[in-house]
Amino acid sequence: MEVPLTARLADLARFLPVGDTAFAIEFGARIDPELNARVHRVAALIAAAPPAGVTETVPTFRSLLVHYDPRRGSAAAIQQALATLDLGEETAAGPARVWVLPTLYGGSAGPDLADTAAALGLPPEEVVARHAAGTYRVYMQGFLPGFAYLGDLDPRLDLPRLATPRVRVPPGSVAIAQRMTGVYPLESPGGWRLIGNTPVRFFDAARTPPTLFSPGDGVRFAPVGPEEHAAIRAAVAAGAFEPPREKATAP
Amino acid sequence: MSPTPAGDTSPIPAGGTLRILQPGPQTTVQDLGRFGWQALGVSSCGALDPVALRLANALVGNDESAAALECRLAGPAFEVTGGTARLALGGAEVTIVVEADGASTTYPAWRAFDAPAGAVVRVGALRGSGCAVLAVAGGLPVAPVLGSRATDLKGGFGGHEGRALRAGDTLPFSPASLPGPCLELPEPPSLAFAGTLRVVPGPQAEAFTAEAMATFLSAPYAVTREADRMGMRLAGPALGFVAGADIVSDGIATGSIQVPGSGQPIVLLVDHQTIGGYAKIATVISADLPAAGRLLPGATVRFEAVSVEAAEEARRAQEREITRQIGTLAPVRAAAAIDLAALLERNLVSGVVSAFDD
Repeated sequence: MEVPLTARLADLARFLPVGDTAFAIEFGARIDPELNARVHRVAALIAAAPPAGVTETVPTFRSLLVHYDPRRGSAAAIQQALATLDLGEETAAGPARVWVLPTLYGGSAGPDLADTAAALGLPPEEVVARHAAGTYRVYMQGFLPGFAYLGDLDPRLDLPRLATPRVRVPPGSVAIAQRMTGVYPLESPGGWRLIGNTPVRFFDAARTPPTLFSPGDGVRFAPVGPEEHAAIRAAVAAGAFEPPREKATAP
Repeated sequence: MSPTPAGDTSPIPAGGTLRILQPGPQTTVQDLGRFGWQALGVSSCGALDPVALRLANALVGNDESAAALECRLAGPAFEVTGGTARLALGGAEVTIVVEADGASTTYPAWRAFDAPAGAVVRVGALRGSGCAVLAVAGGLPVAPVLGSRATDLKGGFGGHEGRALRAGDTLPFSPASLPGPCLELPEPPSLAFAGTLRVVPGPQAEAFTAEAMATFLSAPYAVTREADRMGMRLAGPALGFVAGADIVSDGIATGSIQVPGSGQPIVLLVDHQTIGGYAKIATVISADLPAAGRLLPGATVRFEAVSVEAAEEARRAQEREITRQIGTLAPVRAAAAIDLAALLERNLVSGVVSAFDD
C-alpha cells in the first residue's frame, strides 16, 4: 500500500453539524496523542488562514469545533475551503516543552489520596510515585478557564470519577479520573479524585494569553513538602514565581 | 423637577454613577460576549437575549455591542448621581418608575428616558420574558477583560468585579455626547413564544435511537426550575441512547442540547462550558436563541428540525429585521409621553385603548 506523504483534511475527518454558528471536524472517537496532534495542527492551520466567517476554533481530544458567523460565511463554503486543506507531513506528537508543577500530595492538600490508594490496592506512596513519574500531554483546555486535560495516566491508577462530585474543589487541586489528570484552576464543583495541590496559577484573566499552557505542552508533577509548598504559594501570591520549564527529551 | 421631556437637547454632563439600592434577582453587566478564548476554556457569556441588547443600545444611541445591565425576572433599583442618565429597557414588558424631586414618572420598555442626577430608578418585575436589558447612553465603561465587558459568573471576572450586582455597588456611566431627543421603537418585537424552537440535529444524532430522535422532534418538553445562564434542564419523555450518554468530550456551541444519562435534555445557553462529555442530540439555531434565553420555568417547548442552510437563512432574515427595526426608531410621540403603561396598569383606560389605534 502506498502511504501518501501529505493528507487532505477530507480524507482524515468528517464534518458534523453544530447548528448554524459552528461545526465539528471529527478525526476519530478515541483519546489518542497522534489524533490529538492532528486536531491541534488543523487548528493552527485554520488560525493562520481562516476562511471567511470563521471566528475561532476549539480543539478537543479528537475533534475541532469551528465557530463561524453565519452573517459572514456559510458552513458549506467554509467546509469546502477546508476539505482540501493540506495537512502536510504528520509530525511527532511529543511536546516541545514540559512544565514542572511543584505538588504537595496527600493530607488536606489531597483528601482523596488515601481512599484512592486503598481502592487501587496500592500504598499511597506508590500512587504518588506513579503519578509523579509521568510526563503528560495537554490534550485540550476547557470545563473551566485554564483547566487542562492531561494524559495519559498510568493504567495502574485508572479509577472512575467520584460517585458524588464535590460541591467545592479548592483551586490548585491536583486530581485524577480514569486515564486523565488535571489541576482545578479555580474553585468549582468537581468529581475527580483529589490527590494533591499545586500553588501554580493556571488562569489569569488580566494576562494575554490568560492561561499557562499552550496546546501540545508537556506537564509533569514534582513532589514537594509542606514548607516548600507554602513558600511557593507565597511567591505565587507575590507574583514572583514562574513554574520551571524543561526541554522535552526525545521519546 | 421631572425627567427631561422628549425633544430636549440640553447636553448631558459626563462622569455619572448608578448606585445600586436593590440589585434584583440577578443583574449583571453583559455585552455581546467574549469571543476568541474558548480554546482555553473561557466561555463566551454575553446577553441571553442579544437582540434585546442591540435594540436597547440603539434606543440610547450606543453602538449595538455596548455593555449594559442584564436583569433576570426583575430589574434593579438604583440612584443616579453626577449627571443625567439616558436609559432604555428592551426584551420584556416592564414598568419603570423614576422618582425625582418628589415626583414620580413611569415608563414602559422599548423607549429611552432620562433620569436626572438624584433620581431613583426602579425597574419592576419582567413580564413576557425571563430576562431584559437596561442600556445606558454611553455604555457601562467597566474595564474590558479579554476583549469583552461581559460578566463571567463561573470564572469570576469581567463586568462588575466578575459577579452579579449587589446593593451598594456603584457603576460609572459615561454619557459621552449629546444624544438628542429620546427615541422609541414604534413596533417592538413580539415576545410571544410560538412554542417551537428550531434545531439542527447533531452533532451526535447517531448516538440516539431513531425513536428517541422522533420523540425529541415531536413531544412537548417543560422548562424546569433548574434554569440559569449556563443552561436549562427540560423535563419530558426520556430519550434513549444507542450505547450510552457518554462521549469522548468535544466542543459545545451556545444552543447545544446535551442529554445526560437521565435522558432529559439540557439546552446550553451563553455561560455554557466550552467542552462537554454528554451526547448532543441537536443545536438550537441562532435566530431562536434569544427566544430560548427568554423562556421561564414552566414554559412548554417543542423542537422542529431544520437544515443548516435554513438556519443560516433564518439568521440572516433576523439580521435584516433588526436593521429594519433600528431604522424605525423615532423620537417619542406625545401619545407615549402620557404614560399609557401606567394608566393601563391602574386599569383607568381599559375600555378606551382602541381610541389610540385610530
